Amino acid sequence: MDIHEYQAKEILASFGVPVPRGGLAYSPEQAGYRARELGGNAWVVKAQIHSGGRGEAGGVKLCRTDEEVRDYAATLFGHKLVTKQTDANGKDVYRVWVETASDIQQELYLGFVLDRKSERIMIVASAHGGMEIEDLADEDPDSLRRMVIDPAVGLAEYQARELAFSLGLKDGQIAQMVNVLGACYRAYRDLDAMMVEINPLVITGTGDLVALDAKMSFDTNALYRRPNVAALRDPSQEDPREATAADNGLAYVGLDGDIGCIINGAGLAMATMDMIKLAGGEPANFLDIGGGASPDRVCTAFRTVLSDSNVSVILVNIFAGINRCDWIAKGVIQAYREVGLTLPVVVRLAGTNVEEGRQILRDSGLPITATDTLAEAAEAAVSARDATPAAA
Amino acid sequence: MAILIDGTTKVVVQGMSGRIGQFHAQEMIEAGTKVVAGVTPGKGGTSVLNRPIFNTVREAVDATGAEASLLFVPPPFAADAMMEAADAGIKTAVCVTDGIPAQDMMRVKRFLRRYPRDRKMRLIGPNCAGIISPGKGFMGIMPPHIYTPGRVGIIGRSGTLGYEAASQMSELGIGVSTSVGIGGDPINGSSFRDILELFEADPETDAIMMIGEIGGPQEAEAAAYVRDHVSKPVVAYIAGLSAPKGRKMGHAGAIISAFGESAQEKVELLSAVGITVAPNPSSMGATMAQVIGGKKAA
Repeated sequence: MDIHEYQAKEILASFGVPVPRGGLAYSPEQAGYRARELGGNAWVVKAQIHSGGRGEAGGVKLCRTDEEVRDYAATLFGHKLVTKQTDANGKDVYRVWVETASDIQQELYLGFVLDRKSERIMIVASAHGGMEIEDLADEDPDSLRRMVIDPAVGLAEYQARELAFSLGLKDGQIAQMVNVLGACYRAYRDLDAMMVEINPLVITGTGDLVALDAKMSFDTNALYRRPNVAALRDPSQEDPREATAADNGLAYVGLDGDIGCIINGAGLAMATMDMIKLAGGEPANFLDIGGGASPDRVCTAFRTVLSDSNVSVILVNIFAGINRCDWIAKGVIQAYREVGLTLPVVVRLAGTNVEEGRQILRDSGLPITATDTLAEAAEAAVSARDATPAAA
Repeated sequence: MAILIDGTTKVVVQGMSGRIGQFHAQEMIEAGTKVVAGVTPGKGGTSVLNRPIFNTVREAVDATGAEASLLFVPPPFAADAMMEAADAGIKTAVCVTDGIPAQDMMRVKRFLRRYPRDRKMRLIGPNCAGIISPGKGFMGIMPPHIYTPGRVGIIGRSGTLGYEAASQMSELGIGVSTSVGIGGDPINGSSFRDILELFEADPETDAIMMIGEIGGPQEAEAAAYVRDHVSKPVVAYIAGLSAPKGRKMGHAGAIISAFGESAQEKVELLSAVGITVAPNPSSMGATMAQVIGGKKAA
C-alpha cells in the first residue's frame, strides 16, 4: 500500500528525519494561506498523488509569491496528473503540499527495500540523487552503495557510519546521516514498510541534511497490526476496479487488452495470459478467484471483468484443487442470469468434480464454448474475439 | 524413496482442529499419509479424526515421534508456529498459509539459522500448495488424484500451475516422484536451488520440471546451481511473459521490480545454462516428454 509524500514526511519526521516545514492544502486559497503561514519568500508547491516523476509531469513548482502559489495550485486541483509511472489516464490531484523552499547544495539518494536475495532489509544509497533509482542504476551504477541489515541486531551504528563516509559526507554530516539512517530503519521495521525512499536527501547551504522528497509503501499483509498506517489509505489514488475486486477477495489487475480472464491461482492466471498472447490475443486483466470459490464469488468475478468496457470475450480457466468445478459451472450460469451476459464465454475446467461441472454447463443450453486444455481455451477465446463485431 | 515425504513419514498438523485443517488432514489420511497427531493450543487432550490433539508441537513430537509438520495457522500466528515446530525438532515443515507479513518471514529465516545443519528444520512455503510423493503420501492442499507415480520431480511457485504440469505429464504417461510447491511469497523457506539439490541426490528422480514466474532472484540462482551441480535433465517454464512491470500479479512475490526479474530475462538465463524451457504453458508435459525421450534414446 502506497501513501502520499506528505504522509511519509510526517512519519519519517516523527522518527527523527529532518524535513522542510510545510502544510497541506485542499484548495488553491488554502495553498496560498499555507504559504503566508509558513512565511519566507520562496515555496515549493507539490501535487500529492501516488506516483513518482511528478516534477517532470508538471506537478511541482517553485513559487515566489503567495498569489503564485494559489494560482499554480488552482491548475492542479481537480485535474489528473499523468506521469511516466501512472497509466495514460493519470491520477486525480485532491491534495497539494506547500513547503518552504530549501537551499540545495547537493542531492543524495537513500532507499530502504526488502532484498529478496539476502531476505533482509537493504539500504541503497548514492551521492548522486535526484533521478529515479532505475536511471541511477543505469547511468551511474558505481555510485550505488548497498548495505544489508541483520534482523536480529538491527542497523548497527558502525554500518551507518561506514555508509555515511562512503558517500563522501564529512564533519557534522556524519552524525546527521547516522541519525537519518537509524530513523528510516526504525520506521521501516516498526511500521512493516516494504519501501522507504528519500530522493533527494539534500545537503543545504548550511551543510545540513534534509529529506526533500519521501516515499513509503507498506506490507498489506501486516496492515491488520498497523491500524494507523491502514488509515492513510487513499482510495482516490487506486484503480476503482482493483479496489472493489480486492474488497471481494479477488486479486485483479486491469490491463490493456480485450480478453477478460477468470482463473484460479496466480501462476495459472499468468500462464493463461501468456497463452492468450501467444494465440494472437491480448488479455484485458489478471484475475485470481482464489481457492474454494463459491458460485457467488464466480459471479462477482464476472461483474469485475465486465466493468472493463474493452472486454469482448471472457475466458474462464479453472484447475480445481480446493475449488470445485461444479461450483464454478454454477457460478458461470448464475452470471448469465444475474449479469445479463451477452459476450461469448469460453470455459476450461479441470481437476476436482470436473465431470459434474462439464455436465452442468452442457445441460444449461447456454452458448458456452467448453474446452479441455489450456491451449484450446486460449485459441477459442481469440477466435471468439475475432468473430465479435466489437473487435472489428 | 522420493524426497521430503514418503509412506513412512509421521506427520503432525498444526491447526488440525480448524475446519480447513480438518478437511485436508482427512484427504491426506485417505491418500495414505501417516498423520499421527494434531496441535492446537488450548485443545490438548481432545481428538480429531481419531488422532490426539496436543497443546504444543513439543508434546506431539515427544508422544508420537513425528518428524514433519503441516501448518494451517492464520497469518498473525504462522511465524510463531513455524518457530515452534523448528524448536520441537520437526525436520520438515510445510506452511500453506497465505498473507504472512514479510518481516515475520525475515525473522523465521533468521531463527532457523540458530540450529546446526543436522538439526535445522527444512521449511517449505509459505503460501504454497504443499508437497506430494504420489502413491506414498502428501502434505498440503493439492488434489492427489491428478498425480501419477513416476520419476520426474516438480518444483513450482504456483500451486495450480504445478497441477497443470502434473496433469499434462500424466496425459503423456509421465509420472512424478515428488512435487514441491515452494510458494509465491517474496521470502520463502526453501528456494528452487534447495529443492534442486534434493532431486539431484534422489535416486528415484530422473528429471526435474521447474516452474517459475516473474519477480525475485531465485530462478537466476537456480540457473547457476543447475550449471554447476545438476546432472539430471531440467525442463522449465516461467509464467508472466505478458505481465507488466511494477504490478503485483496475485502472489506477493510476483512483481517485476528489478533487473533480471522479468519472464523474458529469466528464460534467457535458464536457456543459457542448458535448461530446456517450454515455449508455452500448455507444452510443459510435451517438452518433458521430448527431453526424457531423447535422453533414453541417446
